[in-house]
Amino acid sequence: MAGQTVYDKVWSDHEVGVREDGESLLYIDLQLLHEVTSPQAFEGLALNHRPLWRTGANLATPDHNVPTERRSEGLAGIDDPVAHEQVVTLDANCKAYGVTQFDILDKRQGIVHVVGPEQGATMPGMTVVCGDSHTSTHGAFAALAQGIGTSEVEHVMATQCLAQRKAGNFAIETTGRLSEGVYAKDLVLAIIARLGTAGATAHTLEYRGEAVQALSMEGRMTLCNMAIEAGARAGMVAVDDTTLEYVHGRPFAPVGQMWDQAETYWRTLVSDDDAVFDRMERFDATALAPFVTWGTSPELGVPVDGAIPNPDREADPVKAESIRLALAYMGLSADQPITDIQLDRVFIGSCTNARIEDLRAVAQVVRGRKVAGRIKQALVVPGSGLVKAQAEAEGIADVLIEAGFDWRDAGCSMCLAMNPDKLGPGEHCASTSNRNFEGRQGHAGRTHLVSPAMAAAAAIAGHFVDVREWI
Amino acid sequence: MRAFQAFTGLVAPLDRANVDTDQIIPKQFLKSIKRTGFGDNLFDGWRYLDEGHPGQTANERQINHEFVLNAPRYQGARVLLARDNFGCGSSREHAVWALMEYGFDVVLAPSFADIFYSNCFKNGLLPIVLDEETIEKMFDAAQSDGLVVSVDLESQTIVPQEGEAVAFDIDPVRKRKLLLGLDDIGLTLAERDRIVEFEKKHYGQMPWLPGARG
Ligand code: SF4
Repeated sequence: MAGQTVYDKVWSDHEVGVREDGESLLYIDLQLLHEVTSPQAFEGLALNHRPLWRTGANLATPDHNVPTERRSEGLAGIDDPVAHEQVVTLDANCKAYGVTQFDILDKRQGIVHVVGPEQGATMPGMTVVCGDSHTSTHGAFAALAQGIGTSEVEHVMATQCLAQRKAGNFAIETTGRLSEGVYAKDLVLAIIARLGTAGATAHTLEYRGEAVQALSMEGRMTLCNMAIEAGARAGMVAVDDTTLEYVHGRPFAPVGQMWDQAETYWRTLVSDDDAVFDRMERFDATALAPFVTWGTSPELGVPVDGAIPNPDREADPVKAESIRLALAYMGLSADQPITDIQLDRVFIGSCTNARIEDLRAVAQVVRGRKVAGRIKQALVVPGSGLVKAQAEAEGIADVLIEAGFDWRDAGCSMCLAMNPDKLGPGEHCASTSNRNFEGRQGHAGRTHLVSPAMAAAAAIAGHFVDVREWI
Repeated sequence: MRAFQAFTGLVAPLDRANVDTDQIIPKQFLKSIKRTGFGDNLFDGWRYLDEGHPGQTANERQINHEFVLNAPRYQGARVLLARDNFGCGSSREHAVWALMEYGFDVVLAPSFADIFYSNCFKNGLLPIVLDEETIEKMFDAAQSDGLVVSVDLESQTIVPQEGEAVAFDIDPVRKRKLLLGLDDIGLTLAERDRIVEFEKKHYGQMPWLPGARG
């Protein structure tokens, strides 16, 4: 028998059975819940008089539309009545079903994909789902983590299983190491620029090789977070010492003898030497420059020292047309150098880049500097209450506030602008989030995806700069 | 999903073709955290004279006494009799939720829009296609003396209190799912033993998983 990939191993350890029609029933170890996609699912359970299959396999926190100011007021601090109702509903459902929740006033509240790993609730080899596409983040732990829709959320609540077909194996083979000032975010933007947003459809990515092994867990989470932006079902990284060191000692992690038992299993979660991948792409990290997206899809990115592409030089007419449409929406012109793009706002946050290392990288850039006068707002939204507390303890918050940044409470915030944090029409934003779709950060807003260090430097300069020159 | 059971019920005639899902449940009611609470706003634009907003109660509203569902003689109807292309337009599943919550178990029409038709089966509403002539006769009966029918999915028949039984067609797989009350969750729950068996082994091997606590 041929060797197995990490994905093959986790899949086969969770396959309850294969149905006649070829679909598998996949057992789910952990479901993460938030206020926006869970209410109808909970209601569906209640209407059908079904219990939650396994209470302990669920963990909830409100994140998508919680405001990032007036947090101490709790629920009373949510002005939008629909958002308020959704958060109240999550509270009530968690109480009714006995689900552990880090509520709006809990220090551990935050973006689900930051909270799970931070608590050690995400462990190697698990299957994880959440009604949110960026659930792929948890794949950094060699977990099979997938975003699902509300009807599937209810299905998992009621049965602890998901019915699906297995995806293909796709290796992202990296060589070399990222240079100083270049981060996992730049690597993943470069990968998406090459693969395209549908490039990995029906596959699970495995990020491998030297550059990935050299990354911290937080960097690996950034890589896996955006696997979905390449169209992949999930993204994964094999287990190594870095993985185990990160998990060890976290609240949900096993201890003592059970840790040893778990470690023995977790160590097997690497792809076998003779594992077969259906597809493979190679990336050399050595010469990679910081990336900036200039268009309205995550694949429309170029190195910061590059220029915006010219549709007239694009041979494929469909691509040329999509470049033209993106340029029109973004208010940019062909051949314009990236460093000429003037910015109005900066957003540092989201499940892609709102962890402590991200904030450290930001502080390193802004220390002793000031946000440019043309920047209307430079927002920093930590990924969780614990990240916030940590940044305050390390003095990072002071550095940021001193420089003129807005220091907020944890949540998704301007990543999707469901809460009051939004771009105005036509405004350009350097954002550390993961989607630059039209209107994503506010009606007619213009998003440029970058690493936290690049966003920080852009806040100081008022336009994009090559952060490598600043470090 | 609850299993579909044979019943005897009153027929309400909705004498319009191309009733779209926007008319069945207008868009301002979709901004909700619930799958319920739509029944009061079923056909909102026809049932009431004033414009409806989420959060109002029915007694704050101005009832349109001209609308057929508001007529005293059709109160408690469980079968909606409709015209061609019922449920066209937006794919919102809320349309089905609203019809069911209002109290309908069956919709009879000469034809249905595709998405609406399949949404019905996900939720346990039975849409039945009948030929124009039969539909026409039913409209006559329902609008004159009133019509009460027995609907039996098992035998695929509609039997009026007076008159002849009418047979109808339905896809056998869909029929089975409705009769057993099997939605996707129901189907998976039918494999309960397999899942329980799997869990024993799984949590035995991996007692550190959060679900091991139960
Ligand atoms: S931060 Fe953005 S991408 Fe991440 S879970 Fe929240 S809304 Fe989704």
